[in-house]
Amino acid sequence: MPADQALIKLSFSHEGKLVSACRQRSAEELAKLAPNMRAPMDCPRGRSPVTVEIDLDGTPVYRHVAKPSGLSEDGASTVYHRFPVQSGEHRLAIRLNDDARNAGFNYRREETVNLKPGKVLVIDFNQETGGITLQ
Amino acid sequence: MSASSSNLSSALIAYQRIEHSFDSAFGAGLNPWRHLGALGFLFFWIVALTGLYLYVVLDTSVDGVYRSINWLSREQWYLGGVLRSLHRYAADAFLLVTLLHLLREFLLGRYTGFRHFSWLTGVPLLWFIYISGVVGVWLRWDQLAQFSAATTAEWLDWLPVFATPLIRNYLSANAVSDRLFSLFAFVHIGVPLLLIFGLWFHIQRISRAEVFPPTALSAGSLLALLALSLALPVTSQAPADLSLVPGLLPLDWFYLFWQPLMFATSAGVVWALVIGGSLLLFVLPVLPHAAAAPIAEVHPDNCNGCRRCFEDCPYAAIVMVPHPSGIAGRQLAQVIPDLCASCGICAGACPSSTPFRSTAELVTGIDMPQMPIGALRQDVERGLAQLEGRNGIVVFGCDQGASLSRLVGEDLARFSLICTGMLPPSFVEYALRGGAAGVLVTGCREGGCAFRLGNRWTEERLAGLREPHLRARPSRKALRIAWADRGEEAELADVVEDMRQALAAERLQNTEPIADATADTIVSPARTTAHG
Repeated sequence: MPADQALIKLSFSHEGKLVSACRQRSAEELAKLAPNMRAPMDCPRGRSPVTVEIDLDGTPVYRHVAKPSGLSEDGASTVYHRFPVQSGEHRLAIRLNDDARNAGFNYRREETVNLKPGKVLVIDFNQETGGITLQ
Repeated sequence: MSASSSNLSSALIAYQRIEHSFDSAFGAGLNPWRHLGALGFLFFWIVALTGLYLYVVLDTSVDGVYRSINWLSREQWYLGGVLRSLHRYAADAFLLVTLLHLLREFLLGRYTGFRHFSWLTGVPLLWFIYISGVVGVWLRWDQLAQFSAATTAEWLDWLPVFATPLIRNYLSANAVSDRLFSLFAFVHIGVPLLLIFGLWFHIQRISRAEVFPPTALSAGSLLALLALSLALPVTSQAPADLSLVPGLLPLDWFYLFWQPLMFATSAGVVWALVIGGSLLLFVLPVLPHAAAAPIAEVHPDNCNGCRRCFEDCPYAAIVMVPHPSGIAGRQLAQVIPDLCASCGICAGACPSSTPFRSTAELVTGIDMPQMPIGALRQDVERGLAQLEGRNGIVVFGCDQGASLSRLVGEDLARFSLICTGMLPPSFVEYALRGGAAGVLVTGCREGGCAFRLGNRWTEERLAGLREPHLRARPSRKALRIAWADRGEEAELADVVEDMRQALAAERLQNTEPIADATADTIVSPARTTAHG
């Protein structure tokens, strides 16, 4: 990588929301189930794919739809992508959607970052700490 | 001949030129090209022993791993630093000789038939060596380690098998924990332990495996590594900092060459090369190749259970079983077909192979169906009959070494055996008593026998150091040993010419080729070689 560039790494491992809403089981349905299987809510197993987009200085530079892992698509969606950028000040816009039932993006973050040459900026996602993180 | 086999032949000739060029500096017996496997063992043990010290001082915490390794080079350069450098350079040498060993055996076609086991058990060792070596780089935890660990993680993540990408372990300083380096140390020590088991399997089907090179070669190799360690001590780069992209790095091109290749191409390309290369190596033994030669067969009536074939077989293909005669304590040789190399060394070891036996049809205890000892005696008798007077030279060679068909002259009787080790030493005396003025024994260069031990056993038998020994005491001019590989026919012809002149001079003095026909005292024959 040239000396005057910095590196942006996008990486997350995140379980999208359930692909559809849970449903309350009726009393008849529960009665048909084995006693140990009588969960009141019937939830789908599959999870939503996670869509992520990045704009750099107003220009789209990355878009990816990460499918859930697992044969039943019930695991985490993972993304790893790195791209070098010219060092200096940049305007970053990151959008993420982890819910197939909603159009658009339910997480957004815009930030102006000043990247020194050789610096690594990591874009991650952690729902517990507020969603999209930059470090 | 197809284009591919023509290319292989050219490559083999080129390789043999390189190998032979080392003979002048090292001597044929110490030529490192003929001890690549044994050198691999030596380098492995240097790596293991130096690694013990490094492990003692290694601090596997995030803060301590770099500091503890760097301390060796900075503060204890005279001991820890030297051992660290030895560890690294011996690891490089281990990989290098292993790859060369593989290349040599491939070029010599030594991967099919009875050798398939050694080949197949050798291929996974390459994986073990690479895994252990690459993880060893990470234990430095400098910028090179950072680059290598992250690159390897990206490479592994290309396979859709990890629920969480491994690269997330190297995203930031927060992602790296003490346990990571404990894991590295575990792998870096555990995989070499597997390697030891793998090496043990690798040499299971050869007897007297050379697991250490000759002393002089071992000492020279160790000294060379030591000198390299002192001249160019291994040092760490700047400590790893995951918030920064590593700068320009001096790569270890032995273990890490594939990592820049991945950036130049893609992880998929490197996986394709690794899997494709491994599969190719694994299927080589089962690709179409020449039919196997007939294996040795035992003739119980002529086998007295002396165990000499059992002792001399280079591939442990002979076991001793109770003799069908039922005589208490008497044994019989039995050949294990899958292990037999069809080299005939067992026939050369059999005391029943002496041509002096008075039976009309010579049947020995263990023989090669494609070249029975009885037929060899008939051939020798015919050849001797065609020699003029007592000026003739009988040449015993082998199908693997220099071709005897290029030796010309009516004074020559040539016999090419499967391996020179198949020659019963009594045939030398038989030829000299039968009218030959001299006997020349040739075969692959010293240490380069296609069947491992053929020329060693031949030399020892002719020198009286091994049974069956040569009873007669030929003059130095009457018996010569000249080792010459295929392609060195001209050099062998020079030896023959030199022998002619020496024998002619001896005739002027009216000396008999056998000094004392009945003597039991055996002296060493002239140990000349085709290369002076």
